Amino acid sequence: MTDQSPNSFLLSRRRLIGGLGVGAGGLLLSGCDALTANDQFRSIMHGAEGLHYSAQRLVTDRNALAKEFAPSERSPVFRANGSINPDSADYIRHRNSNFADWRLVVDGLVARPLAIPLAALMAMPQRAQITRHDCVEGWSAIGKWQGPQLSHILSLARLLPSARYIVFHCADAFGAHPYYESIDLVDAMHSQSILAWRMNDAPLPVAHGAPIRLRVERQLGYKHAKYVMRVEARDRIDTLYRGKGGFWEDDADYQWYAGI
Amino acid sequence: MSVDQANRGGTGDAPLSTATMVQEPTAPKGGDLVKRHRLATRLWHWTNAITLLVMLMSGLTIFNAHPRLYWGDYGANPDYSWLQIGSANDRGYVRVGSVQVDTTGVLGRWTNASGTVENRAFPYWVTIPSTYSLADGRLWHLLFAWVLALALGTFMLVSLFNRHIVRDLHITWREWSPRHIWHDIKDHARLRFPTGLAALKYNILQKLSYIGVIFILLPLVIATGLTMSPNLNAGFPWLLELLGGRASARSLHFIATFGLVAFFFIHIIMVVLAGPINEIRSMITGWYRLPRDKGSDPEPVAPATAGESA
Repeated sequence: MTDQSPNSFLLSRRRLIGGLGVGAGGLLLSGCDALTANDQFRSIMHGAEGLHYSAQRLVTDRNALAKEFAPSERSPVFRANGSINPDSADYIRHRNSNFADWRLVVDGLVARPLAIPLAALMAMPQRAQITRHDCVEGWSAIGKWQGPQLSHILSLARLLPSARYIVFHCADAFGAHPYYESIDLVDAMHSQSILAWRMNDAPLPVAHGAPIRLRVERQLGYKHAKYVMRVEARDRIDTLYRGKGGFWEDDADYQWYAGI
Repeated sequence: MSVDQANRGGTGDAPLSTATMVQEPTAPKGGDLVKRHRLATRLWHWTNAITLLVMLMSGLTIFNAHPRLYWGDYGANPDYSWLQIGSANDRGYVRVGSVQVDTTGVLGRWTNASGTVENRAFPYWVTIPSTYSLADGRLWHLLFAWVLALALGTFMLVSLFNRHIVRDLHITWREWSPRHIWHDIKDHARLRFPTGLAALKYNILQKLSYIGVIFILLPLVIATGLTMSPNLNAGFPWLLELLGGRASARSLHFIATFGLVAFFFIHIIMVVLAGPINEIRSMITGWYRLPRDKGSDPEPVAPATAGESA
């Protein structure tokens, strides 16, 4: 080292570091992409997701309420997202008749399957709440929602002890795949989980899920299924559709637990 | 090392100026290899280096899903955003408040690896994965979030018990004096770094930046990250109240992130200026060669000068 002129040493060192930097950057990028596509690594990432789910259930009171806001704190305009106008013939027929002969089907692992008209849902005990809707993308909007509690409907249908999940089958579809979502019983029985038919003191607009949408206030937006046609109680969700418990979960590998 | 010490043990003009150093012949001095970083510090440093990079790059993927920032409880496309990265008329831009800067090619609109132009905020070469997938970005982010938080928590506890915090990061009253801080700023600006044993101690600017990262930026980025969870918001509503609402917390998450990015660049520059091989070695093996004092650094042609002084 004593014989090496400091300048040539610096230059080669700089070149070396620069080369390493570019090389490492490229390696990092392609390495991360390879890992993203690797099944084992994906199962590790989903393992971390399971850990989040357990940790969240552990540290948060199962009855803890999402914050409710004052009417003046609402978003001036509530962004509509995802499907905003389902185009199935059935849905269009219901929409054109103002959902007069539409029925919410409640079935699966229940002792008493139901088909509830919209007027009957409106006549049930109601819960109204002004809450913040957090989209997985990062935007938030505050609005007022009103409807019967999901727990009330499930108690009418008499949930069987074997039921572990509540699935929401929707009228909208992406290509061949209908939208659906599922939640566990902790969130299903939560007092703020409602089937909203009113939004901001008016009938729920089509863009926001008419005739009813799920509000599950402690989870991200994609869990708040719109255009709910059928509520099904199940003991497992991996045998349903493509197996991951929801449209976006199936389609893009979103996390099933969206409380985070 | 011992040979080094023996050679220069007798020279009266040793670079170390304090009296105790002269009286203590075994004390390390400029040129000596000394143990500098403990195992816990080194492990945490490299864990953090990888974790923060993954968190940043997967975070940029998530940001790309909605490249706007707001203040307050809510914020979506119809609302005023204080920061936006977007594209219009075939140009990419960054807008902060009412100031808009053209960033075509880098931010907002850029060409991907296969030559296709994409209208997206952050380019493929800073995101994980490199092709946009919010779901995959979240999977990466939420996996490494565990590593980041657990590693920081462990490091804080270990550093409390092995006295790293008290011994190396604690700022004394003397160091808080404006004159001392100003003196240190001037030394940094002149790239005059401490030599000999003094190089082992963190100076006030180092202490402030390490404290800022360990006790302010990292806890802030973790706390604001936790408030992105609607379930934790229900369980711990005070945290979001403290941070000024969900949209504000998301903005602060972004700002804290770029505080960490700024620290990263300054950190790298300082490492390069201070001697990258010595610095990196000390963070890998723990061993650090004390820098020699430039003024009285013994040259290989020592016999001549030695004769002069004799």
